Amino acid sequence: MKPILLVKNLHVGYGDHEVIRGVSLKVDKGERLVIMGPSGSGKSTLLKSIVRLVEPWKGEIWINSINILDPKCDIRKIRQMVGFVFQSYNLFPHMTVLKNVMLPLEVVRKLPKEVAYEKAIEALKTVGMDEFISRYPLQLSGGQQQRVAIARALAMDPILLLLDEPTSALDPELKEEVLDVLRRIAKEGISMVIVTHELDFAEDVADRIVFMDNGVIVEEGTPNEILYYPKADRTRRFLRAISRRRYGFNSSVKTKQGAVNV
Amino acid sequence: MANTNPLFFIAKLIPYLAQGLITTLQMSLLSFSFGLCIATILTLMRVFGNSPLRIIARSYVEVFRGTPTLVQLLLIYFGLPSIGVKFNAITAAIITLSLNSAAYQAEILRASIKAIPETQYLSAESLGMSTLQIYRYVVLPQALRNAIPALVNEIVALVKESSLASVIGVVELTRRGEYMVAYTFRAFEVYIAVALVYLAVCLALSQLSKIIESKLKIPGYERGKA
Repeated sequence: MKPILLVKNLHVGYGDHEVIRGVSLKVDKGERLVIMGPSGSGKSTLLKSIVRLVEPWKGEIWINSINILDPKCDIRKIRQMVGFVFQSYNLFPHMTVLKNVMLPLEVVRKLPKEVAYEKAIEALKTVGMDEFISRYPLQLSGGQQQRVAIARALAMDPILLLLDEPTSALDPELKEEVLDVLRRIAKEGISMVIVTHELDFAEDVADRIVFMDNGVIVEEGTPNEILYYPKADRTRRFLRAISRRRYGFNSSVKTKQGAVNV
Repeated sequence: MANTNPLFFIAKLIPYLAQGLITTLQMSLLSFSFGLCIATILTLMRVFGNSPLRIIARSYVEVFRGTPTLVQLLLIYFGLPSIGVKFNAITAAIITLSLNSAAYQAEILRASIKAIPETQYLSAESLGMSTLQIYRYVVLPQALRNAIPALVNEIVALVKESSLASVIGVVELTRRGEYMVAYTFRAFEVYIAVALVYLAVCLALSQLSKIIESKLKIPGYERGKA
């Protein structure tokens, strides 16, 4: 089976500063990949460069067997098939919730208004926001805005969903409502790449976890391998730091299968 | 005009001055509209143009902002005829004010487009929208909302600046005031009356701006409340 996403030896940077220094990844159909790593490790840049929101320097990116760095490739066609959810939601503040979801369906996919409406409502139902269709984004809580942003991405029927720290801007209570929605979507079998620091969530949804630092992949494995038996010292330090922040202790990474000595 | 009560005198002057107001408003509104058209072209040059176009647009703005409107007016009305280009007074005034206002309006438009955060472009791009679609559906609707208060401000400025046209003999509000002073020798009351007419117009315009702003306000957006 051909992978949905294949990244080979990718290099990305800003100006003359190289942020991604040779990353290779593969995501199979229906697979959910979680990317973890400290701030500044290049996770966001990697995710953005997958749909060329940041232009890669060199390397290869194949989405659904299409070489998207080929100059002949129409990147807008690819972006229609790949949903992107941002950390800061980035809804359009001057449009209602409904219009936010309908706009790309109407102007990008050129669907008739009624079809776009049906699809938008369906997607908003999936995230539990169908009662808020006539509200404006700034009248909603962060969690609600993020759920609308997820609906906007889902309504386009993506073959791959990229999520860039979808809950980092939310307080703990609002995080859960978004994570619950994402868990539900994950069950439906859509291919996903998720950048997140939520350990429980990562464990629930991930088929594989990639740990990045300083623009390279340090370690890759199943949730069990990465979260409970990390091999690299860097991974352990990171997990210890974020679980201390989360749980208020620093003796272990997780405790389900006995504490890992860190 | 024999009555010596200043208030009564001013009240009697207003209808006469109001006729000049029509010319004043014609000049300012036409100049604003032409100015907006030129400003739109300048903004397109600055936002989408290549480097020579950007430099031309930028120089235009600098030249018209960096020289006094009165000098521009005198140059166009008295200067251009010596190279064979001749306008009547009111046309010269409208041309000057349009060209001048275009520079300010171009800056307003550019600033309001610049104020739209990068993340809005990214978000629209990620959905597969084209540059044209991004501007049409995402950037411009928000940018124009940002621009409205400053654009109304610009109309108000034009209403007042159009009084410069009196210098080249356009019989507008200020000029009519001058006639009245020559006729009655009561400069104090006459100019107060003139000022009151300008004030009334400008207050009405800023009221209009508030109404438009609140109509177009993005619900939930509270920062711009003041």
